[in-house]
Amino acid sequence: MISFQKFRIYINKCFIALICLFSFVVLLPFLMLIARLVKSGLKYICLDFFTQTSPSPVDAMLANLAGEAIPGGILNGICGSLYMLTIALVLTVPLGILTGIYLYENRGKKFANLIQYLNAVCYGMPSIIIGIVVYVSVVKSFHSYSVLAGGIALSISMLPKIIRTTRETLKLLPAYLKESGLALGGSYTGVILKIIMPAAKGGLLTGILISVSRALGETVPLIVTALGCSMINWNINAPASSMTLLIWDFFNTPNMVSMVWATSAFLFSIIICLNLIAKRIGRQWKFILYHE
Amino acid sequence: MTLFVSTLALLFLMAGILYLLLSQARPAFEHFGFFRFIGSSEWNPENGQYGALPFLTGTLLTASLALIICIPFSLSLALFVGDLYKGRKIAFRLNTFIDVLAGTPSVILGIWGYYSLRPFFAALHIGHQGYGILPATILLALMIVPYATSMIITFIAAVPTQLKEGAYCLGATRFEVIRNISIPFAKKGIMSAYALALGRVLGETIIVTIIIGNSNHFPSGINDIGNTLASVIFNQFETADALKFSFLFAIALLLFLITAIVNLFARYLLRRVVS
Repeated sequence: MISFQKFRIYINKCFIALICLFSFVVLLPFLMLIARLVKSGLKYICLDFFTQTSPSPVDAMLANLAGEAIPGGILNGICGSLYMLTIALVLTVPLGILTGIYLYENRGKKFANLIQYLNAVCYGMPSIIIGIVVYVSVVKSFHSYSVLAGGIALSISMLPKIIRTTRETLKLLPAYLKESGLALGGSYTGVILKIIMPAAKGGLLTGILISVSRALGETVPLIVTALGCSMINWNINAPASSMTLLIWDFFNTPNMVSMVWATSAFLFSIIICLNLIAKRIGRQWKFILYHE
Repeated sequence: MTLFVSTLALLFLMAGILYLLLSQARPAFEHFGFFRFIGSSEWNPENGQYGALPFLTGTLLTASLALIICIPFSLSLALFVGDLYKGRKIAFRLNTFIDVLAGTPSVILGIWGYYSLRPFFAALHIGHQGYGILPATILLALMIVPYATSMIITFIAAVPTQLKEGAYCLGATRFEVIRNISIPFAKKGIMSAYALALGRVLGETIIVTIIIGNSNHFPSGINDIGNTLASVIFNQFETADALKFSFLFAIALLLFLITAIVNLFARYLLRRVVS
């Protein structure tokens, strides 16, 4: 009997040791990733990096041969990312929040269930499919790769995230908020706009920030819709670059390895900041962000 | 009323996507036949051979292997944060760290894998000079570990303390509590987290394109180079003529159906857990 007890304790110890071991082993590659980004990326980030557009391959080659830092920066990528994000936000935020409210208000009904399942499908849709669908519908019909197409591609990937976080946030609000508003004689629209929305503000903001950080990391749909461009471009119907597109371009051009790391480090630090801010705002909203 | 109209946007969007995929893929099916398309293992557009089996195999192989690799790591990490060290500072820090890692853009992970991990793989003779299905699988597993872990933590941490304390009072060890109380309680949530992670792996494009080697022949094993549904669309998209374009859409339709089924399954499981 005593040996059985000892056996159980032994098993328990082995199990805990195993858990710690596995946890440590799996965190190692990520620590290596961050170390590499800091080591190879940060030293190339200077003022020029944010104020100049991306260098041409020839400039990069000459700089490498002379042993100097590659001239140029990623301003075109930053502007393009912001531009496409703005388009995507304008398209998705109102639509996503309204749909989320509808799903919450009509939960359990058939049509709402259908929409919810559709949302789940849209949520998990591979980004390459978003890319080629936007390519066929927008790029082909406008005969040009464009910022607009990139923005639409981003908005298709953002919309389901915003819908879901809106619905999850509203579900956490106490039911008496709405009921007391209606009991005081408020109109349905008024109650939603003036009572529910302010109360849900933090949760909605968290959802939007998270989906923005995901959209910043999107690469594939942008490659087939926005294409990339070495200049800053404010024309909505012309190709533009984004930070991820620049990473991909630098990766595919010889001699630009240092730019790859610098851009990656910068993009990753932005995404980390956005996530941390979102987490801080969302701490009181302990809902499950499914895409975290 | 406005609310209702706004939902139509999503409805039309999904209907539009499905319609586009179907209408673009129709010439391909008319030309080659659906079952020949899925069943044939030769992709050779020059000879008019458009079989998707190599890519389908590549996708299913990488995705399932990545999930299998991911399971022990993510589960132990989730137990570490959500159970063993729950409430301590280290758990809180790690939780934040994992949540942030879950947002790593896949292009950064892929490029890091190319520069830092590929030499390792090459030295260990995994794949062809570090390219291949197994290296891609390992990177994909790395991609979904934080994603799955951060979801599982919420489910593991939500196991009622009274339940666990009751078991401890009866003399159970930590291992027995986790095995008999925590895991069964959170089972549906954990499964749905893995289903969502699987959906993400199936559709992942850029990591796979960087490291899998992009060859159109039928892979002979996990050390061989290959291609997945997503990466073949991405690779051949720009050079495609009209018919090949249509076949790429047929592949996209196939990928869409697979991921849709996986995601609906995840949603179905989650419905029981939350709401």
